[in-house]
Amino acid sequence: MIIKGRAISKGVGKGEVLITKDSISFLGGVDPKTGIIIDKENEAFGKSIAGKVLVFPRGKGSTVGSYVILQLKKNGVAPVGMINIECETIVAVGAIIAEIPIVDKLEKNPFDILKNGMNIKINGNKGIVEY
Amino acid sequence: MFLTKEEERMLNGEHGEAAQKAMEILVALGKIYGAEKMIPVSSVQVAGVSYKTMGDAGLEFIEEFACMGAKVKVPTFINPAGMDKMRWKEMGVPEEFAQKQIRLMNAYESMGITPTYTCAPYHIGIRPKLGEHVAWSESNAVSFANSVLGARTNREGGPSALAAAITGRTPEYGLHLDENRIANVLVKVKTDVSTRFMYGALGALVGKMVKGKIPAFEGLENANDITMKYLGAAMAASGSVALYYIKDATPEWKLKEDYETIEVDNKMIKETIENMNTTEDTEIITIGCPHASLEEIEEVANLIKEGGMKKVWVFTARKIYEKALEKGYVKTIENKGGKVFADTCMVVAPLYEMGIRRTGVNSGKAAKYLPSFNKQKIKYDNIKKLLSE
Repeated sequence: MIIKGRAISKGVGKGEVLITKDSISFLGGVDPKTGIIIDKENEAFGKSIAGKVLVFPRGKGSTVGSYVILQLKKNGVAPVGMINIECETIVAVGAIIAEIPIVDKLEKNPFDILKNGMNIKINGNKGIVEY
Repeated sequence: MFLTKEEERMLNGEHGEAAQKAMEILVALGKIYGAEKMIPVSSVQVAGVSYKTMGDAGLEFIEEFACMGAKVKVPTFINPAGMDKMRWKEMGVPEEFAQKQIRLMNAYESMGITPTYTCAPYHIGIRPKLGEHVAWSESNAVSFANSVLGARTNREGGPSALAAAITGRTPEYGLHLDENRIANVLVKVKTDVSTRFMYGALGALVGKMVKGKIPAFEGLENANDITMKYLGAAMAASGSVALYYIKDATPEWKLKEDYETIEVDNKMIKETIENMNTTEDTEIITIGCPHASLEEIEEVANLIKEGGMKKVWVFTARKIYEKALEKGYVKTIENKGGKVFADTCMVVAPLYEMGIRRTGVNSGKAAKYLPSFNKQKIKYDNIKKLLSE
């Protein structure tokens, strides 16, 4: 199955889905050393985003969050791809400088069709998700 | 999104890796905000300079970006850093912080950025003209450029401003377009607002009330560069306001047909001031948020000349510091126990780490940010009272 969306940050990634319906502030919300979500308000609190395809509505919080995404990548604990409902600038910029693919605005609601643990492929060059 | 041949070449990497990354960032922003094309910018002001806010993650990125060969294409200016580059020891900035801060400053400078280190470029002659497109990031500078000068800029983040500097372009959306520069709230000021102190308090109040909208003010007296600086800075801090108008003062005045109206009276401003105040006694007075003009430094010198010793720190741009030095204001202030520092300010310097807990300010913006950024208790008052008590 191929779902079309909008390409925001290029690259291709394959991995397990991790879903959260809460927006993410990377600064203060994710531990850059471990990739674990440390924001207690987030439904995925305590889970690791390392190597996952992270599905969340959008970013929020400080613009320094962009650099935290880069740090995650350098520490080897970044997600392999991200899917947003609608991407905003903090996450977009972070993903571009860290070279992590992002696709947003999927033609089907990702919260309906994707489940935690599914293996999917995200293609940020073409703006598609495959599973 | 339409890209010119030149922009395509940047995106394909023909102008090097840094220009490619920069163009990728701008194209993504263009997509997110529905821009149809890129437009040239005549200047850029980059934020993200204090090591306190950037941390190791930011430092490493800026250094790597510089190593990739990032060079600015248009005149580019930079926000204050976490310390005075020359006199950080006198400030009491920790050694490790200073070393990393200097690395960050050097990385920016190696890209060809002019080392202004100021949030008030308009005080040192950087004043884009009516209708000119620029890409600035510091929120009061953005507000001043849009409102007081009538130039056009969105509120850029650090990386998007850097991307604009490297490519000389920005996606055309938001405040670059006529249709997004129309005020939707008329603010009728029903009390005497004519001093910096009152302008700052009004800004703190109205920012909170209008949150992100575009206010147009009626009933303001004595609107000038300095008073509008305090208004815009406070409104940007409390409500992300990037553009406002003042009747008969700002070069533009555009109000929507179906605007909402709010009234501000003396009681509301008084309450705002009460809420901004969290301490009576202070360890230090800080002036220069946004950075002080030469006239403001002269005023501080005149005010403290007569009285006793006073721990007052004034923050300004290096260029203005040098003038103040020439005029003897720095000497007058420092003879009375004060300091005049350049390149930095009370908001981005590590005040808490320097052992400071209670600060007196005459700035609505500083009153908003110091409690959260630097864990300070605040006394908000006018400059004469702060310096005479």
